[in-house]
Amino acid sequence: MAAPIVQVEHLYKRFGELEVLKGVNLAVAPREVLCLIGRSGSGKSTLLRCINFLEEPDAGTISVAGITVPAGERSGAHKRHLRELRERVGMVFQQFNLFPHKTVLENLIEAPLVVKRQQRESAVALAEALLAQVGLADKRDVYPSTLSGGQQQRVAIARALAMQPQVMLFDEPTSALDPELTGEVLEVMKNLARNGMTMLVVTHEMGFAREVADRVIFMDGGLFVEEGTPEQCLENPRDERTRRFLERVL
Amino acid sequence: MASRASKLPTPSAPRRLRVPFRTALLIWWCIWLALLLFFFSGVQFSIGPIQIRTIVLNTNFIAEFWPFISRGVLMTLQLALVSIVCASTLALLAALARLSRVAPLNSLAGLYISLMRGTPLFLQFLFIYAALPRVGLIFDAFTSAAIALSLNYGAYMSEIFRAGIQAVGRGQTEAAYALGMTPWQTMRRIVLPQAFRIITPDIGNQFIAMQKDTSLASAIGLGELMQLARQAGNPRQAFFEALIVAALWYWLLTIVFSFGQSLLEKRMARSDRHQEQG
Ligand SMILES: Nc1ncnc2c1ncn2[C@@H]1O[C@H](COP(=O)(O)OP(=O)(O)OP(=O)(O)O)[C@@H](O)[C@H]1O
Ligand SMILES: [Mg+2]
Repeated sequence: MAAPIVQVEHLYKRFGELEVLKGVNLAVAPREVLCLIGRSGSGKSTLLRCINFLEEPDAGTISVAGITVPAGERSGAHKRHLRELRERVGMVFQQFNLFPHKTVLENLIEAPLVVKRQQRESAVALAEALLAQVGLADKRDVYPSTLSGGQQQRVAIARALAMQPQVMLFDEPTSALDPELTGEVLEVMKNLARNGMTMLVVTHEMGFAREVADRVIFMDGGLFVEEGTPEQCLENPRDERTRRFLERVL
Repeated sequence: MASRASKLPTPSAPRRLRVPFRTALLIWWCIWLALLLFFFSGVQFSIGPIQIRTIVLNTNFIAEFWPFISRGVLMTLQLALVSIVCASTLALLAALARLSRVAPLNSLAGLYISLMRGTPLFLQFLFIYAALPRVGLIFDAFTSAAIALSLNYGAYMSEIFRAGIQAVGRGQTEAAYALGMTPWQTMRRIVLPQAFRIITPDIGNQFIAMQKDTSLASAIGLGELMQLARQAGNPRQAFFEALIVAALWYWLLTIVFSFGQSLLEKRMARSDRHQEQG
């Protein structure tokens, strides 16, 4: 395996009494597409959110594209580091979280202008290219509330891509969508995978996992209990918990 | 079926005249206003044993002094405008402090809000104008009034700002952080613009309330509407006349501002709708 682009070591996270991550280790290769599956409450979202420090881990180390950030620091340098890490990691949320007071284009150029201090012209050019890529070039000047859920999620993907991240995190990107709208979002994600983006995807879409994932990890109780290729993990699971979970979703 | 129904004799129920509600409202408004005017009409008459005596106004006084009193309107407006701007700024700072995890700032803002809400505005006027000079802090009447109003309304409005900021969903902050924005960039560019939209009606209400509370400045001798009314009315025993002139001005200003406020809200609602239609 090539040198990992994402490396998670000994990651612990608890919410009060509840221990959600119990020493997770994970290495993701460049261009790899990794699907995380598991029951509700098994810690999938928490793991993703720890990778870009939306949740501060209790212990452990996160490295992304050469930036290593240990947990549990408070210094100014730590905060700067953490933002540099976030610049390299795009995230797509279940609830889209587009900025409702900004147009689609403004949503896309906001972070490049403010965080990266890009020139406006180049930011707009990139944003327009990304909108074309997700099939929404004609929506550049409307407000998010006028879009369907599937369109909003595609804008959210484009917004994350506008920062030109090296890794994309997806936390159940299609779970808030009507079934007939999930296809268009999954299609965009498949394209992204084909173009070599490194992706960590929490999903219940087993079809997507089977088709696109290089590796599937089944999480339970804050630990990885099974991992392997989609064939190994989804067709012939060895672990009893994986088998029971798959029986329910498939 | 329809033809049979039409053959049935229509029961000629006594039709009461239905006045549309809006028309009824208008008529009643006129009736109550006329009654209010009547109280000050000076008319006297008796119905049997009952003597009806309405208030006699000194029209000469009104004619002579209403321009003098009206000169206070400008001062009233100036004071209200300066104070609402300062109060809003203060309120925003206090709200941010209250939401921050910086203990000294958070508690300082808490103390400020508690103190200002826990004491009367009138006392604050006097404290700043009359008591502070004892320790060498001397402000003229206008400055004192502006400081008192700003401090007092700033405290109340900080709670409005805080609620507005908290009403913006957590997901917005997370999305901005995930893009690499700093907490301050997130607050200024993502959260506050949405919060302002939410609280605009409340700020309008505060402004309308403040515009009337400027009258307390008459107690420290600021030549605003209320003070000029008292200057003109008191020596001539023309309390009714002077106060009515002032009251009409306050009322008129309030109506104008409320109207402006409703226009603003309509425009915001329209731009929301516009957003929804693209
Ligand atoms: N901010 C929080 N405060 C307290 N508890 C939390 C918080 N976030 C998550 N938890 C708890 O941590 C556990 C793991 O949550 P997490 O969201 O990671 O699960 P998940 O695997 O993503 O589940 P789902 O499939 O429902 O999204 C859950 O029991 C959840 O209630
Ligand atoms: Mg989750």
